[in-house]
Amino acid sequence: MHVHRFEKLWFGLSLLVIVGFIATIVYGAVGPGAGMVADDGGTIDASAVANAEFETTDNFRAPGVYAADGDVDVYVVAQQFIFRPGSTDPIQVPAGREVTFHVTSADVMHGFNLAGTNVNTMVIPGQVATFDVTFEEPGEYGIVCHEYCGSRHHTMAGRLEVLPRSQFETTAASVASAGADTDAETEDED
Amino acid sequence: MATGHPRDTTEESTETPTEPGERERPAFVDRYPAAAATVRGLFAVSFVAFAGGALFGLIQALHRTGVLRIVESSDYYTVLTGHGVLMVLAFTTFGIAGLFHWANTRSLGVAPTRPRLTTGWVWTMRVGTLLAGGVILAGFVDWIPASADVLFTFYAPLSAHPLFYVGAALLVVGSWGAGLDWLLQFRAWRREHPDERIPLQSFMVLTTTLLWYLCTLGLAVAVVGFLLPWSLGLIPAVDPLFTRTLFWYFGHPVVYFWLLPAYLVWYTILPKLSGGRLFSDPLARVVFVLFLILSTPVGFHHQYTDPGIAAGFKAVAMTNTMFLLLPSLLTLFTVVASMEHGARQRGGEGYFGWLKALPWDRPAFSGAALAGIMFAAGGFSGMINAGMNINYLIHNTLWVPGHFHLTVGTAFALTMMAVAYWLVPQVTGKRLQLPTVAALQPYVWFVGMVLMSNAMHRAGLAGVPRRTAEPRYDQVSYDAVVGGVAEMRLQIAVGGTLLFVAAVMFLAVMLSTWLVGAENSRLRVNGDIPPPLSGPESSPVVLDNLKLWLGIAVVLVALAYGVPLYDMVSDGVLSPGSVPFPE
Repeated sequence: MHVHRFEKLWFGLSLLVIVGFIATIVYGAVGPGAGMVADDGGTIDASAVANAEFETTDNFRAPGVYAADGDVDVYVVAQQFIFRPGSTDPIQVPAGREVTFHVTSADVMHGFNLAGTNVNTMVIPGQVATFDVTFEEPGEYGIVCHEYCGSRHHTMAGRLEVLPRSQFETTAASVASAGADTDAETEDED
Repeated sequence: MATGHPRDTTEESTETPTEPGERERPAFVDRYPAAAATVRGLFAVSFVAFAGGALFGLIQALHRTGVLRIVESSDYYTVLTGHGVLMVLAFTTFGIAGLFHWANTRSLGVAPTRPRLTTGWVWTMRVGTLLAGGVILAGFVDWIPASADVLFTFYAPLSAHPLFYVGAALLVVGSWGAGLDWLLQFRAWRREHPDERIPLQSFMVLTTTLLWYLCTLGLAVAVVGFLLPWSLGLIPAVDPLFTRTLFWYFGHPVVYFWLLPAYLVWYTILPKLSGGRLFSDPLARVVFVLFLILSTPVGFHHQYTDPGIAAGFKAVAMTNTMFLLLPSLLTLFTVVASMEHGARQRGGEGYFGWLKALPWDRPAFSGAALAGIMFAAGGFSGMINAGMNINYLIHNTLWVPGHFHLTVGTAFALTMMAVAYWLVPQVTGKRLQLPTVAALQPYVWFVGMVLMSNAMHRAGLAGVPRRTAEPRYDQVSYDAVVGGVAEMRLQIAVGGTLLFVAAVMFLAVMLSTWLVGAENSRLRVNGDIPPPLSGPESSPVVLDNLKLWLGIAVVLVALAYGVPLYDMVSDGVLSPGSVPFPE
């Protein structure tokens, strides 16, 4: 089979580009440590989430922000058409500390994206998405549901506030209990 | 004949291209009247679907940008579902079936062997499309208790009326019949030509058909095995991650099912339209074999941000995806080399000066060439999508539809329109009408897509989501990386409008050709395709061993999907379960 020498050259360069791309991705994962949403969040009964039976779910707590022993955990329930917490009250997290998000759905598929950042996950009923984020600076982010979830999908959004570490720590205890309150409030609204 | 193309000839056409009067040389419609009628019937459905899809597209572009709102935002999703289903399920599938029916018949030189089979699959596809489309449109009116506002991805647990799933299943089953029709044609040819190489166009049709069989299996299992019985209440729950995974098992190879027909045009017709011939037949075969092998075990790259799937499986899909760049990069070389060869035959000179010698005033050429240029841009944004970690920045943002309007929305769609300008006269026997409108049309589409797509990509980088009626939220402000959000909005509205204008121009040409064109007119085009510069004779015979390549594809699919699918079903195939959510 005759292959023109330009064709051979092009073939070689193409392979080089491909291997180069794969190398940059491997570097991104190993070097800067860009993590993936994976299967470590485990599965969950979506109807238990919908009925707020969080005493029965060992991998998911009542929606809210929990700070204890130096760990910050954020539990978010996405449901038609709000984030709990996030939509009614902003999610508050500290700057400069690793924050672990746990996101799941009470009904259909949703998305959870801090607009313009790579904090981005699908929210799938039956699955808990977990991922770690460190916000270097205080600031505010908009949360967008990016997967079509019903006729009022375009109203589903929220806010996340990154507080200076000292400010977060003085409010941390109250934030944790506020999370449970938020839960109760939205239950009433429904 | 040495090339294995019974109809191929190196003779230049002896027709005087613009003279009216009766044909002296038979066209496809004269040689294969029944097959030509089938192609016409498929194109008719394809173009009607395209008309509806284009109108919905215009409504969306103006609604999202806030320029003009003629539907409620809650009905936007009915429009969006209609746009997606009509464009990427109906326009594509019917257009491709028509193109393949022509290509397989022409290159084998064998008429379809089973007229009743042909009638059967054509009508199965039509009925399926009418059912699915009808249920979607019923969502606009309250007095019909049916709707399917589930978008073309129909992710559970959002559920549609059962007839929507029945329609989708019939469309797929009908397409399986089409594939059988083409395989039987090939078998009839093989009996007469036991030792010949498979003619190139037929080779492309058959490899794409095998790819289609392999990938639609996932869709069929999801729809018939789970979503349909679930929507009927026969099973209480489905596992949303499992059905979503089955969808994407189908959902990535399907983009190659859209793309490979464009490749067939770029490899076998575009060189001729450029004034030359294909550079290399064996390389074209290698490319199609690579697509057959690699297209399916990559679906997890649509699920990089999904919980419930181990990162390792995502990394495997990423690696396969990157290697899928290879056949497309090879295609870029061969297609450009073939065009350059054609241009030099036409007297073109210089490093880049030859580009001027190409027939940019002929829409069949300009449409296919502009589609190829846009596909190169779409390929680059696709590499970003495929990049496992950078994907997190753009997943489900407006970047993604910005990307696929370059690929399926231009590489396929504009090539389909371009080839229609060339092929419709050959299957109708009617000369193309409104030639000036046709000559301008590809450029209008191109400019419209440049405006719309670049703005969508940039808006996606700023975090603007896709699939929403109103992308502006009180809680969210977007920081544009390049340009301003208002400017992007304007480009999307203007671009979308130009695309609609281009769609109307195309439909006007097709409609007037059908209504005004005289049958048996002397055509400006002919279906002769010259043999490649480098033919298949010296290439390894194993390239034509379709069973081998299909076998390897199946093994790769089993490797990529076996363990993750087992993981998902090992806790019970319907668990963790979700009940339907009608909206």
